[in-house]
Amino acid sequence: MSHPTVPAELPDQLWEAVADGDEHTAVDIVHRALADGADEETLLLEVIAPVQRRIGTEWAADRISVAQEHAATAINERVVGFLAHARPEGERRAPDRGRVTVSCIDGEWHAFPARLVTEVLRLRGWRVDYLGAQTPTAHLIAHLHCTNPDAVLLSGSIPTHLPTAHSAITACQAIGVPVLAGGRAFGPDGRRARALGADEWAADARGAAAVLEAGLAQPCPTAIRQATDDLPHLDDQEYTMVAQSRPQLVKQTLVDLEDRFPAVRGYGDAQRERTVEDIAHIVDFLATALYLDEPDVFTAFLTWTADILEARHVPARSLTAGLDILAVQLRDFPRTVRLLHAGTAALRDHPVPGIRA
Amino acid sequence: MRCARCVPLMVSAPHGSSARPRDADLGVGAAWAEAPYPVLVVDRHGGLVRINEAARALLPDVADGDRLHEKVPSWLSQAHRRLGDGPRDACAGPLSGSINDRLFEAHPTSGADGDVVWWLVDETDRRLAETALSDAQVRSEVLAKVSSALLSTLNVPRCTEVAASMAAEHLAEAAVLVAPPQGRRHPLTHARRGGPVTRTVRQVDVASVPGLNEALQGFPPVPARWINPDDIPGWVVPDGFAGPVGSVIVAPLPGHGVPAGALILLRSSTEQAFTEGEEVFARLFAARAGAALSAAGLYSEQAAITETLMRELLPPSLHSVHGVEYAGGYRASKNQERVGGDFYDVHPGSDPSQETLVVLGDVAGKGLDAAVLTGKIRNTLHALLPLAEDHERVLGLLNGALLTSHHARFATLVLASVRRRGGRVQVRLTSAGHLPPLIVRTDGTVEEVATRGTLVGALPTVTANTVRTTLAPGETCLLYTDGITEARGGPLGDELFGEHRLRRALAECAGMPAEAVVERVQMLAAEWLGPGRHDDMAAVAVSAPRNGPLTVVDGRAHGRDSRRKT
Repeated sequence: MSHPTVPAELPDQLWEAVADGDEHTAVDIVHRALADGADEETLLLEVIAPVQRRIGTEWAADRISVAQEHAATAINERVVGFLAHARPEGERRAPDRGRVTVSCIDGEWHAFPARLVTEVLRLRGWRVDYLGAQTPTAHLIAHLHCTNPDAVLLSGSIPTHLPTAHSAITACQAIGVPVLAGGRAFGPDGRRARALGADEWAADARGAAAVLEAGLAQPCPTAIRQATDDLPHLDDQEYTMVAQSRPQLVKQTLVDLEDRFPAVRGYGDAQRERTVEDIAHIVDFLATALYLDEPDVFTAFLTWTADILEARHVPARSLTAGLDILAVQLRDFPRTVRLLHAGTAALRDHPVPGIRA
Repeated sequence: MRCARCVPLMVSAPHGSSARPRDADLGVGAAWAEAPYPVLVVDRHGGLVRINEAARALLPDVADGDRLHEKVPSWLSQAHRRLGDGPRDACAGPLSGSINDRLFEAHPTSGADGDVVWWLVDETDRRLAETALSDAQVRSEVLAKVSSALLSTLNVPRCTEVAASMAAEHLAEAAVLVAPPQGRRHPLTHARRGGPVTRTVRQVDVASVPGLNEALQGFPPVPARWINPDDIPGWVVPDGFAGPVGSVIVAPLPGHGVPAGALILLRSSTEQAFTEGEEVFARLFAARAGAALSAAGLYSEQAAITETLMRELLPPSLHSVHGVEYAGGYRASKNQERVGGDFYDVHPGSDPSQETLVVLGDVAGKGLDAAVLTGKIRNTLHALLPLAEDHERVLGLLNGALLTSHHARFATLVLASVRRRGGRVQVRLTSAGHLPPLIVRTDGTVEEVATRGTLVGALPTVTANTVRTTLAPGETCLLYTDGITEARGGPLGDELFGEHRLRRALAECAGMPAEAVVERVQMLAAEWLGPGRHDDMAAVAVSAPRNGPLTVVDGRAHGRDSRRKT
């Protein structure tokens, strides 16, 4: 008999093995749980998914390196792969519901959530075409023309991919395929999915399954939309301007930072490169917030980055300085300046010692 | 006519308060009698005072003094009676109705002594023209909607569904789309207005529907009036169709060169039969549906051909072989394409004691042309596998094959022969004009493998040296193409990713599984590029597993019972 619950210590055990890069033990833990009667969906969503979340938080707290994060994810993916084939062919549920496509937003590298959704839907009888990460939107559309699925599940973790997600959503709908959006990028309440015109949003794999089981209406293919139909504020061209001049903005901000803080000039190559990356990320999130006209995208990124920097004993004060410099460069763009001010205010109110200069 | 409508009606008002001076009435007195419009002068009690020539032509048996309600249709006589009750609401629009099969608008003006002068304006032709215009507008709107809906999809089943459901929506109560036969069976798509669309594939007798066989073969359509609804077989009528079939149209779907099928339109006996205009419209609709269906068919066919040809050119998916981990990553230079001039292969040894041959290379050029040559090289190397003991000899033979082919391109590549011995992995590496492989040691140092050689396909002979090395558990050897190190972008927009960044990234990858190393390298290069243009990029990692014997191959546990114990 399958149990809907698993032993409470299982996620911790799996975490230990995954963090250690010990595939043998990791697979063995899941194998034994399965033998003891745990069902696959519970293992996927209540053991493997929490372990994956923990990989992210451990990295954020600087307890594991980026490389270890990749390694742990690879081991966790192998565990999912094992689970997908653990049951012999005859015992697995045959696809008897419908056909759907699961894809990440073009440019999104975090494929794990999409993979979990794929496996859960397969367990529930859906035929799933999993395109994974690194799927250009053009390939996704060609795939839809060939397979005519009931829906596309579009997964995104990093908000900076949302402008790309928007064009993917409208492209899918223009050929009559409804889009179910999911993943952290779309916000905790799915509000960004609605803003971008997705047909539905789901908080997690079970939510996605419920939406599909309830059925999704085909969007009317004659109602082809432009980006500004959903987001009329784009008419002010501020997003376009900031996104297009990203390299110049980053370069100028670095120069100005060096003027303000002579210490920056003494940075080694690696440290300097980190700083440039940080500035580039600020500009990327600023552009995304402009695209969505949603300050939360920007302020949440800044406070998160402040925490990350604090965990690595880097004073986050330079973030505020970067925002000031950008506000001067972009002073002619009112919506942008408002966002930068909101960012400064959020950092000021963020409860991390050292940020309050 | 505007002024007549605008005149305030004071029919029931006392004489003295008439809006117009009485001599104005006298002034037009003679004019109305000869007016080209029928004019009736009626007193306040409904008695006909006088009528003009035009009115007499319209109502030949009317004489002065007749009662209005006895001679004209009730809409006019009742309107006259209502006039006596008070002024009309100006917003109500003109009065209209038919007299002797013609349509008239009636405009009252006040005459002398409380009489009403009724001007009748013949609106028959204008109404006909207006109806024709609005019908035409509706039809072109429908056609535009149909076109964009049909053009939105290149999927044949979906296109068929759209065509059938729109036909049921706009042309008839139900529609059946009969596609050309697949073998002896026809795909049928039934749609009913407001109902679901169903697709089936059935063996049906197309000759049983008059005109259907002809339509499927591309003969001119049979006029609807020649088709007897009673002759329609049951399979044509969708489930839930209300009542017996009243009228039927069979319209061919003209494709690009070959018929794309036929459309059968059904109306129940309670709805009117198809008019000639509707029949013409149905043909227009069918022409659009046919064009869209054949475009979708053509696309599906091409996509299937491409898929088949592409399968041989796509990079293989890699996994662990004989206790060694392999992982590969590929990104073609053009986003629309999935193949390019970079390639890799892993040819497993026949058993764990035999070497596995790994190949990674780069053909000059991009896109399909380059991809075709990668296919040739991969096949040639496959055939040369038995000689893989001697890398230089394999390269020499490949060089000869390339020189004698019509391709004018050259290629660079790396060969790696891999075999596991105990916990360690022995590797023989040979570069033919390619970037030397990098090895990540357990302590995080990154070594370049000192193999050098000439490229293949350009010079009459090739020279290359083979380097032997060993990977301890957790160590990885990375083969990659220059698309990665020459990725241009970064936060400042115009920097090369460069070998130093690749080495720095690899230094963090000690002890990582092969696919994590490849993913890390690919991700850094892709993020470096951003949306910028780039060359093909490929990387293959060969790793000695860190923990004991590798247990998972193809995602399946090996060497122990992977089934669930019951």
